Amino acid sequence: MKTKLLTVAVTGMNALPDNPGPGLAVARCLREAYGAGIRIVGLGYDALDPGLYLGQYCDSVYLLSYPLNGADLLLERLTDIQAVEKIDVLIPCLDAELPLMVGLAEKLAEIGLKTFMPDAEQFERRSKARLPELAEAAGITYPEVKTLANPLFFRTCDQVGWTYPLVVKGVFYDAKVVANPEQAVAAFHSIAQEWGLPVLVQRFVAGEEYNLAGIGDGRGNLLGEVMMKKRAVTTKGKAWAGVATADEILAEVARKLVAELQWKGPLEVEVMRDPKGVYQLIEINPRFPAWIYLSHGVGRNLPALLLELAMGRPAPAMAAPRPGTMFIRHALETIVPMSLFETLMMQGQCTPESQG
Amino acid sequence: MAGQTLDFPNVETLRRLALSESGFIFDPVTGNSFTVNHTGQAVLQLIQQTLDVEEIIQKLQAVFEIDALVAERDVIEFAGQLRGCFQ
Repeated sequence: MKTKLLTVAVTGMNALPDNPGPGLAVARCLREAYGAGIRIVGLGYDALDPGLYLGQYCDSVYLLSYPLNGADLLLERLTDIQAVEKIDVLIPCLDAELPLMVGLAEKLAEIGLKTFMPDAEQFERRSKARLPELAEAAGITYPEVKTLANPLFFRTCDQVGWTYPLVVKGVFYDAKVVANPEQAVAAFHSIAQEWGLPVLVQRFVAGEEYNLAGIGDGRGNLLGEVMMKKRAVTTKGKAWAGVATADEILAEVARKLVAELQWKGPLEVEVMRDPKGVYQLIEINPRFPAWIYLSHGVGRNLPALLLELAMGRPAPAMAAPRPGTMFIRHALETIVPMSLFETLMMQGQCTPESQG
Repeated sequence: MAGQTLDFPNVETLRRLALSESGFIFDPVTGNSFTVNHTGQAVLQLIQQTLDVEEIIQKLQAVFEIDALVAERDVIEFAGQLRGCFQ
């Protein structure tokens, strides 16, 4: 008797060189963990998302309706894909789609798509605008944040104690360090145009940035934490090279946050280690980061762990952290037959070829 | 040597460093890496063995066949560099 392979759908195949989405790295982790014993369905929003053409990671790929088109169209598209692919688990990886996915969790379950995500309240509490409130409750140090509906604040902010440099941030994504009102206003408009209003301003924290990825089990426990320091960044500040670190103090910061939120699902905690060695909470991303392949590199394959949890299986034991393991990205060209691009453009789905 | 000090950074910080024979050093907590010459490598190894400053100077004299003043100068200079790297 032939056993049906476990099928997992992963979004965020936009592995762009300067600002990669996490989906391809998640798919690579799953392929490393399960080999040919799993089917991976790659989901993207643009026919030029690079991960959609890598057959060694994605057995089939589909285009989705953009999040701005609303939850109904997204659900309709996922329902159509589910009818064909019989997906067991869906791993959403993009900030912009996650509010919709969280809201759709029950309906996704009804069509047989298991997820391992936070609920709407947990999701909202870690939003950038509410981060100080969360940090306060968890007993974590944090820089002050303000929500802005217009850029007038930047003209007079230094008179009320908000001295430059400051960090201007989008409500979902993006952050720019600004040194004066002119830069701040320009950053406000640029971020508002791309990510919408409100725009946030955060006090600048000098120091070194560290990132921690892990999974909350939904009962207050942090599983499989992996810590990383960027060693080289792209023009957009994304990690181009990084090194695994291990600091029990940072792990404890993340444990407090996960416990306070009762977080369920993957997350990335971004902190600055200030000159006094204190970790200040900068952001919590409600998904795996694009550097998650490092988790496989240090023996803590977090996407594989998430899949086990989503399937209701016990969490496997995690290896001890391996600080000093590095990653370095590289740009790579995939040769794509026009017929494949055409199929994806016209039919919204295709079966990519395995590359090299 | 007026105004100079032989204070090392926190010994626990220095003891966590991974030292390789090539002189490459990795700090697993901060992710930072450094390189040191043979003298610096020897001093760090001695610090990690929890020797005190006097003992470190004596060991350096013996290993590198240098006089006490040179050994002390090297240690003072290296202590300053370590303080700069591990605040």
